[in-house]
Amino acid sequence: MTPEEFNKIGEKHRNKRDEFTHNIRVCTAAACATLKSEEVKKAFEKEVKEQDKKKTCRVSGTGCLGLCASGPLVTVNDGQALYAKVSVGDVKDIVNNIDKKPVKRLEIPADTPFFARQTKIALENCGTTDPESLEDYLALRGYESLYKVLTEKTQVEVIEEMVKSGLRGRGGGGFPVGLKWSTVYKALGDKKYVICNADEGDPGAFMDRSMLESDPHSILEGMAIAGYAVGADQGYVYIRGEYPLAIKRLRAAIRQAERNHFLGKNIFDTPFSFNVELRLGAGAFVCGEETALIASIEGKRGTPRPRPPYPAQYGLWGCPTLINNVETLSNIAPIFRKGAEYYASIGTEKSKGTKVFALAGSIKNTGLIEVPMGITLREIVFDIGGGILGDKKFKAVQTGGPSGGCIPEQFLDMPVDYESLAGVGSIMGSGGMIVMDETSCMIDVAKYFMDFCKSESCGKCVPCRVGTAQMHRLLVLISEGKASMRDFELLEELCDVVKSTSLCGLGMTAPNPVLSTIRYFKDEYIAHIVDKVCPAGVCVMESKEEVVL
Amino acid sequence: MSSSVNIITLTIDEKQVGARENQTILEVARENGVEIPTMCELKGLTPSGGCRMCVVEVAGIPKLLPACMTTVSEGMVVTTNSERLKKLRKNILELFFSERNHICAVCASNGFCELQLMAQKVEMSHVHYPYLYPHCEVDASHNRFVLDHNRCILCTRCVRVCDEIEGSHTLDIKGRGIEAQVITDMDQPWGDSETCTLCGKCVHVCPTGALIERGMAVGEMSKRKQLLPYLTQMREVKT
Ligand SMILES: Cc1cc2nc3c(=O)[nH]c(=O)nc-3n(C[C@H](O)[C@H](O)[C@H](O)COP(=O)(O)O)c2cc1C
Ligand code: SF4
Repeated sequence: MTPEEFNKIGEKHRNKRDEFTHNIRVCTAAACATLKSEEVKKAFEKEVKEQDKKKTCRVSGTGCLGLCASGPLVTVNDGQALYAKVSVGDVKDIVNNIDKKPVKRLEIPADTPFFARQTKIALENCGTTDPESLEDYLALRGYESLYKVLTEKTQVEVIEEMVKSGLRGRGGGGFPVGLKWSTVYKALGDKKYVICNADEGDPGAFMDRSMLESDPHSILEGMAIAGYAVGADQGYVYIRGEYPLAIKRLRAAIRQAERNHFLGKNIFDTPFSFNVELRLGAGAFVCGEETALIASIEGKRGTPRPRPPYPAQYGLWGCPTLINNVETLSNIAPIFRKGAEYYASIGTEKSKGTKVFALAGSIKNTGLIEVPMGITLREIVFDIGGGILGDKKFKAVQTGGPSGGCIPEQFLDMPVDYESLAGVGSIMGSGGMIVMDETSCMIDVAKYFMDFCKSESCGKCVPCRVGTAQMHRLLVLISEGKASMRDFELLEELCDVVKSTSLCGLGMTAPNPVLSTIRYFKDEYIAHIVDKVCPAGVCVMESKEEVVL
Repeated sequence: MSSSVNIITLTIDEKQVGARENQTILEVARENGVEIPTMCELKGLTPSGGCRMCVVEVAGIPKLLPACMTTVSEGMVVTTNSERLKKLRKNILELFFSERNHICAVCASNGFCELQLMAQKVEMSHVHYPYLYPHCEVDASHNRFVLDHNRCILCTRCVRVCDEIEGSHTLDIKGRGIEAQVITDMDQPWGDSETCTLCGKCVHVCPTGALIERGMAVGEMSKRKQLLPYLTQMREVKT
């Protein structure tokens, strides 16, 4: 395929898009879909038809617009007007006013900090394309990066570009992507694989799901570029079975890409061939760990094995395998479109680019955000997030899910990057961010995450299998006011044993929520143990008499 | 043995030793008289790395590594018996004991039990974690063997020997975390198993009294593990 031919494809779709003067997009990602956004979309289609505006107005579904707390969301002309909480009854007003001023009562101004403070790269197309339409993706210069890479760059050049971008893995570990690609590239083997880790299992996290539901083609494009760079011709997306909409859209996207020769044999008439298949997970958190994920794809029980050897050397069916997270892969195509320098210019010295977070908990604007690395927690919580629900007092923010920790108020002005978060005893994690106010009890939080680790431990190694059960038991005792200071010492000791001797990341990080709450909220532990009171009023204590007995 | 395997040197507990580069730390340590405690490892079976008793310190690597599954490399400096490792091993062993119902006084393997022996080796004086005392079944449906989940430490030796040596894969694991359990076939009573060949290997590789021969009384069930290296050698000759 010549460059002219390829450019023509994109142009054709752009022209088609421009035929309409108004693009009405209704969010159809999971959060808005549960608020019946499909019905709103149908109402728009009907209204446009009735007002005879079919020639000028195009109604389509789109991916996540971010402000999930205020769905269903609708945009007109990609940002010209954004409407929140749109019901079927509002549709007439919006269509009536489409050539005039936006409808004030539903409108969210474009300069709202929630939108103005974000920098969208991984989520670039979320909300401006119809996830079920390949044409939309092509109109936004989709598959252009893949074309450029395949026709202009050698494998080594592609990897160098990734190194230059400074992108680090977004699945939790933050391993440099360029370095990982180059190890898989250098590994010897006739057959190599690329795996997209879409087993998002952190409670409260929905970044990967939103990206898959909103822009599946960009992940496929990222995988194909990765496949070319490392020398793989087969890709797998390991996706949670609990994400039916994402699975459906991904399946459709793979079919569209194959039919149009963006996947398959000799892509763009080059020698490079690449196929992508889906593998569905069955809801085990531990299957997100790369070696367990590989075992699961191989049809075995999803349990981790010790590393080294790392999958880059010995992965799927013993072949060199590249595993990257959904968000990591969705950054690839934009990096090649905009240049590695552009990407590296965002963020901090060691943490480049942007990070997607799922804002949840006691915060006004829950939803999906993408912010430059180095932004402060205060900006995220109070500017973008709009502050604490009910204007209560901020207490802590939990990042990194069951592997992370709680960050107290004194660190609100700390920049968000891999090193800073690790420095205060938490981790970047995959992007879950739960904001807690004064009514949250830290022991309750630690207990919740320990319960999660206890039931999600695979049971292969003893420290994690028994240690998490023991720690959970101790936390229950503390929360019920039945524990002594000896139990507290035992808890601290167990944290060390489990952290240092567990086989995989799940066990090694399981004590983190306990450790970080002990570090910053020790007085709460003491209050529960010595005074038998829960300062936040969450835990139900046994009566004091009974404890004496 | 192909001659293409490189010979390297490394340090184990301040002792310089030579090794083939595809050997594990555990193998090399044993050859050189350095004893590293193990529970789930058994010569002749694929290592699992699950018991964590054999974790060692390797200079330059922040996390502890299982000696049974970590291959040696040139210049590696390994410590197998620091005070910290000794303490952690004792703690891990206590977790083993606290998990299920290890009442030695009424166990058929009393006196022959590797868990018991290990407690002496690592100088564990008592269990300072609370016992979890779960409710566990005893499967006595088989006419030759008994599976007592109360004594099981989930080392998976039985699962591996049944799959890798006997080739019948009767035994496996169900459930996750603290709920994990050894099962026979599709979680049916062992006596109903259609795949079990009655070979008894699982019983003899079991480190505790979880798998015993029917009719054994307290302190009677000794195990014959020495058969295994012989069997695996036969397998290697065949292939
Ligand atoms: C218990 C556990 C769960 C994990 N779950 C996920 C997950 O859901 N999604 C993910 O992308 N990575 C997960 N990881 C991290 C992966 O093992 C792996 O590091 C990651 O997919 C690499 O991709 P990246 O380099 O692009 O971040 C998990 C790790 C552990 C230890
Ligand atoms: S740390 Fe936990 S999840 Fe990981 S292998 Fe051990 S038991 Fe399984």
